Amino acid sequence: MSAIHPDQIMAERLAGTMSAEPRRPMNPETFDGTVIDDPSVRPDLVLGNRSFGEVTNIVCGYTEQKPGSWWLPVFCLTSSIAGLTGLMVLYLAITGVGVWGLNNRVGWAWDITNFVFWIGIGHAGTLISAILCLLKQKWRTSINRAAEAMTIFAVICAATYPGIHVGRMWMAWMMFPIPNANKIWPNFTSPLLWDLFAVSTYGTVSLLFWYMGMIPDFATLRDRAVMRMKRDPNQPPMLPILSVKADQMRAYIYGFLSLGWRFSSRHWQHYEKAYLILAGISTPLVLSVHSIVSFDFATSVLPGWHATIFPPYFVAGAIFGGFAMVLLLMIPARELYPNMKDLITVRHIENMAKITLLTGSMVGFAYAMEFFIAWYSGSDYEKDVFVFSRLMPPFLAETFGFHRHAPYWWAYWAMIFCNVVSPQLYWFKRFRTSAFWVFVVSVLITIGMWFERFVIIVTSLHQAFLPGHWGMFFPTPVDILTFVGTIGVFTTLFLLFLRFLPAFAMSEIKNVLPQASPHHHGHGHGGDAAGGHAPAAHHQGGH
Amino acid sequence: MPLRRITREGTDAVSKAKTKIYKTTAGQLVYGLMAEFSDPAATYHAAEKIRDAGYKKWDVYSPFAIHGIDEAMGMPTSRVPLACGIIGLSGAAVGFLFQWWVKTQGYPTVVQGKPHGAWQPLMPIIFEFGVIFTSFTALLTMLAINKLPRWYHPLLKKERFLKTSDDRFIICIEARDGNFDPEATRLALEHAGGYNVELVEE
Repeated sequence: MSAIHPDQIMAERLAGTMSAEPRRPMNPETFDGTVIDDPSVRPDLVLGNRSFGEVTNIVCGYTEQKPGSWWLPVFCLTSSIAGLTGLMVLYLAITGVGVWGLNNRVGWAWDITNFVFWIGIGHAGTLISAILCLLKQKWRTSINRAAEAMTIFAVICAATYPGIHVGRMWMAWMMFPIPNANKIWPNFTSPLLWDLFAVSTYGTVSLLFWYMGMIPDFATLRDRAVMRMKRDPNQPPMLPILSVKADQMRAYIYGFLSLGWRFSSRHWQHYEKAYLILAGISTPLVLSVHSIVSFDFATSVLPGWHATIFPPYFVAGAIFGGFAMVLLLMIPARELYPNMKDLITVRHIENMAKITLLTGSMVGFAYAMEFFIAWYSGSDYEKDVFVFSRLMPPFLAETFGFHRHAPYWWAYWAMIFCNVVSPQLYWFKRFRTSAFWVFVVSVLITIGMWFERFVIIVTSLHQAFLPGHWGMFFPTPVDILTFVGTIGVFTTLFLLFLRFLPAFAMSEIKNVLPQASPHHHGHGHGGDAAGGHAPAAHHQGGH
Repeated sequence: MPLRRITREGTDAVSKAKTKIYKTTAGQLVYGLMAEFSDPAATYHAAEKIRDAGYKKWDVYSPFAIHGIDEAMGMPTSRVPLACGIIGLSGAAVGFLFQWWVKTQGYPTVVQGKPHGAWQPLMPIIFEFGVIFTSFTALLTMLAINKLPRWYHPLLKKERFLKTSDDRFIICIEARDGNFDPEATRLALEHAGGYNVELVEE
């Protein structure tokens, strides 16, 4: 035994004051040792040469230990913002949709914009959990749980809007095909009903997938709570007035949610098959959801909407915006929680930046192709929408001698700058490996993707066909506060997730550690020694 | 390990075979014998040995699914995909029939220039029906085959066992296995590389 007690090494490593030896000598050009361009070298997925036990301790620590002093103030702030949505929806319910800035021409604006914005955000989560699972991308294991959580929360935010935008929201149940006294059934050939089915299926399947992934991790949290209770039966109660102990609560709640999972290999076999099937079925699902959302527009005959490029364009945009949101959530979390940097390495950020660059370029291509088709179609209305509702800024209109300029040109160019120009920074390794720059670009992309939906929806509606109908749309404070409120709902739910649920898929992370392979025979790991894997020592202690 | 052995009058409900029942001297029913293994590789090879020794009612417990353990344990292929395929396709059929009934029988409407009996505009919802049926089947058949939820299990009373959810690897051979014998099974586990062999009471 070395001079320092292994427990002390463990404690220091967990506190982040000391890191274990890296598996290979570190090259400063590889940042934290994970950005290796040589494809024959597989960089570590988890840094610090962690043992299984350390992974458990780190991940469970996020829910078991008190969060940093930042948590409560931030939670209070975000939940207050979330309350705005509640207040605004109440005001809307007792007044009517007239409180929004809608008018005769633009009958659909921020409600549908925000709906498409949020539902698109969710797509990155399913892409990470399903498509990357099928493609055997092992790096997904440390971000999939958080990304799936984000999907659910984004779907919750999105689902608010179809519910409230109908005006008489107590009639929202009529969207569902339920037999009712009027003997009226919904119209199954309408893209809006497809949309309802697609989004509710998507929400349900994402929830099942997320929950199923968490079952083993709930069991881990349960077992740890039970072991702590056995070791120390005289824990103080949770609150002076509440006689229940924290670990007792954990054992009951996580125990209930774990469904009695006991890590049996016979169970794992069916579990893995079911997981693979969910991944397989989620892959066409995620591609279909935003395709169907785009049908809301593409099947209409309105210039600016009537485009066959919409389904792939929307799907690429959804993944693009979703990855930006994953990065927006994970980069601060990585800074705020000790040791999260060992799980979410620079390579994770770089990989996500690369996907963002790819999907951003697809979106940019779609923007260009829309213009080409508007010209190539020879439709005057189509050309007019693109040039005089979106593209033409006043100074250019003056230069070229046009009588009109596009009233929403600033929204269009904000979208181009944020979605097409800003991700181009990712061609440079320096930017895509820097958490700061990735964060900045992700903020821009999130803004840009919101503007994309606004541009598609409002600019196509506000001046079409008859000039006598032309007018502008301006949001009211109710519009704005409802949207700001949903950002609060989203962040509040995410904070609760980080605090109370296993934020990383422990069993999956353990499975991608080098020592998890049944063909791995090296016992000389620092991590293994610290984790207490000494068969001989246990042998005598058993009986 | 002082054990009493009783041969039960009746037959095992599942295997229809005559089973021996083991009780501790204190009168507690015996669930089985469990042993700990040091790492996934050792567990994998031990599983092969236990499989080859002819045991049937036994299991490997590990914090994650060890790659290839199903072969090492000699497990048959999972039936979950089959169930998902059948029920998923049935779900899609239900989705079609439901929409077709509404569109042509329950509430016939001709809108958007789409004719009555057209199946093409029904495809998105047929697909969604198939997806939702498949996903519920995947989760529920997985739970049903695994006999979950089951919030009580003899193994969960063992503190050593609870550590499988962290970083331990355990093999447990159940007393209802035809080949189970307190001494021989303990030796088999130890030969396979197991340590900390423990008796698990029901």
